[in-house]
Amino acid sequence: MSALLQVRNLVTEFGGGKGQPGTRAVNDVSFSVERGRVLGLVGESGSGKSVTGFSIIRLLERPGRIAAGEIFFDGVDISRNSEEEMRRLRGKRIAMVFQDPTMTLNPVLSVGTQMIEAVLAHESVSKEAARQRARDALGLVGIPSPEERLAAYPHQFSGGMRQRVAIAIALLHKPDLIIADEPTTALDVTIQSQIIAEFQKLTEEARTAVIWVTHDLAIVSRLADDIAVMYAGRLVETGPVSEVLNDPRHPYTAGLIASVPSQNHRGERLHQINGMTPALNRLPQGCSFRTRCERADDGCLVMPELALAGERSFRCIHPVTKVSAS
Amino acid sequence: MVTSIIRRLIQAVFVVVAMTVIVFIGVNVIGNPVDILINPDANQAERARVIAHYGLDQPLWRQYLLFLQGLLHGDFGNSFVYGRPAMGLILERLPATLELAISALAIALVFGLPLGLYAGLYPNRVSSKLIMSGSILGFSLPTFWVGLMLIMVFSVELGWLPTNGRGPTLELFGVRWSFLTGEGLRHLLLPAFNLALFKTSLILRLTRAGVQEVLPQDYVKFARAKGLRERRVIAVHVLKNLMIPVVTIIGLEFGSLIAFSVVTESIFAWPGMGKLIIDSINLLDRPVIVAYLMMMVLLFVVLNFIIDVCYTILDPRVRLDSKA
Ligand SMILES: Nc1ncnc2c1ncn2[C@@H]1O[C@H](COP(=O)(O)OP(=O)(O)OP(=O)(O)O)[C@@H](O)[C@H]1O
Ligand code: SF4
Ligand SMILES: [Mg+2]
Repeated sequence: MSALLQVRNLVTEFGGGKGQPGTRAVNDVSFSVERGRVLGLVGESGSGKSVTGFSIIRLLERPGRIAAGEIFFDGVDISRNSEEEMRRLRGKRIAMVFQDPTMTLNPVLSVGTQMIEAVLAHESVSKEAARQRARDALGLVGIPSPEERLAAYPHQFSGGMRQRVAIAIALLHKPDLIIADEPTTALDVTIQSQIIAEFQKLTEEARTAVIWVTHDLAIVSRLADDIAVMYAGRLVETGPVSEVLNDPRHPYTAGLIASVPSQNHRGERLHQINGMTPALNRLPQGCSFRTRCERADDGCLVMPELALAGERSFRCIHPVTKVSAS
Repeated sequence: MVTSIIRRLIQAVFVVVAMTVIVFIGVNVIGNPVDILINPDANQAERARVIAHYGLDQPLWRQYLLFLQGLLHGDFGNSFVYGRPAMGLILERLPATLELAISALAIALVFGLPLGLYAGLYPNRVSSKLIMSGSILGFSLPTFWVGLMLIMVFSVELGWLPTNGRGPTLELFGVRWSFLTGEGLRHLLLPAFNLALFKTSLILRLTRAGVQEVLPQDYVKFARAKGLRERRVIAVHVLKNLMIPVVTIIGLEFGSLIAFSVVTESIFAWPGMGKLIIDSINLLDRPVIVAYLMMMVLLFVVLNFIIDVCYTILDPRVRLDSKA
């Protein structure tokens, strides 16, 4: 069985066009997600995680555009879909939860209106039935007294509550794929656990596939089946979560893992990756990570190909091995 | 909601009282009506009689109290020029001006909103650029010149539309209106367009700016991510946010429409308040000036009140803040 979502050599550019290359926020990215599985997409700020998500659901802001590649969803290349075909997928089969919950809900419309319209966009049910669905969805994400909350406006909710409303909206149609862009960053730990449990249930029972974008490796290790590490628009390492986290190959992945506090012993200095994320239009020649990499040498002046090893892949000519890392 | 309305009403009363003082003092400082009212050849006794008749010999504070007392009875005194109640004169002319202003506002909305929306949604199209350039013309061409051009083209050259007056009117709710008769409507068309030109440009540009501010917001993107039809995204999510600044401006500009109607009324010989007030100022016809100014105060207070109510309906954040 082929994967539900297969992204192949995706390139997303801002600006450019007509032979002119733009800024490549997503560069030659390939990955796949199967039904009922969770892919953790990690990487530093600006590495292109959100742009990848918006490319899949085709909601890139101008001047962003998909410059190359294919996005197969349930066997169809949706990167070539018409706008109306995309609309019918959005919210219904592919849902997205945005990164910043403060502005995802329209300030002048009640939460109920915004949920009911989401139901009615894809199903011709009565308004009362849609309302019932909205109420249930709010209850599902742990919002107390959902009936009253439907009449409330976004500014009457805290940031965390708003994010839960956004998640409830994403769950309304039991989509095949949810792109969750740092959905729990704004939430406190107990609610975070609750939401994660909700997603786990969803993947098990409804076989929903999830792309979970995050900085938080702890969440990835709890929730995700696979991990994809992004750096400066490219995937630098992919594979099953446990293998990658226990035995990273790419120096960047190793750096990320080493900088998680719980990975260190008490009193030991926290490891940090040297330097700053380079600007996309001023990437170093060859491997993008070269200027920050301790293992770099002249061989890294050429962009390394993605090396495949079983279920895993990495983009590095001097990969870390468990022996050399410890 | 109710408390906020009551609070607004009390504020409005204060505004009106404050304005009576300002208006009263203002008109007492601008020249001496005695000079106009009285024939320079009149003798001393004659002078005194006229002054006493109009209460101009009383101390200022007494004049103010008399003035207030009159106000409460809707009595602004008789016009020095026409010898008839000043408020009656204003009220006679009010419908003509209101009709002109409302028509102009309607035209400005009917053209400004959709064109602004279009130019905001498709900023790179040639047609959008044409619309925006056109709106600059609408801003910068002087009203009187456009009025004259309209007369030249549509009345003199083409002979399609009449140039002056209100034409036949029909009575509705005890007031005479031009728009109820076909011929009256034809009379209304040119002056209304003339007056609307500037406001159309204003609403157009405001709408476009609003669209460009709202479109990149996350909530618009999220509305699309829910799979809403583009029509609903624009008509509900974008437009509802857009209406907040537009309603504010419309309310405020309606007042200035009435004020600016002076020029248009003069060019098209439209028998409204604008013409009357210009004549009254020239002749220092104090009761009429005062009645006009108080009418304007009342109008603005009522307008602001309506804007506030619209605001509360449109913006839930205001609604709750006033409750708290
Ligand atoms: N509207 C835009 N116009 C131009 N460039 C953009 C735009 N949006 C994103 N980019 C570029 O794409 C790159 C990737 O952005 P993206 O939002 O995907 O990062 P991210 O990995 O989600 O980071 P974060 O963790 O901060 O959310 C950024 O470096 C930015 O330069
Ligand atoms: S290719 Fe070279 S520079 Fe790039 S990560 Fe590997 S060792 Fe470092
Ligand atoms: Mg992001």
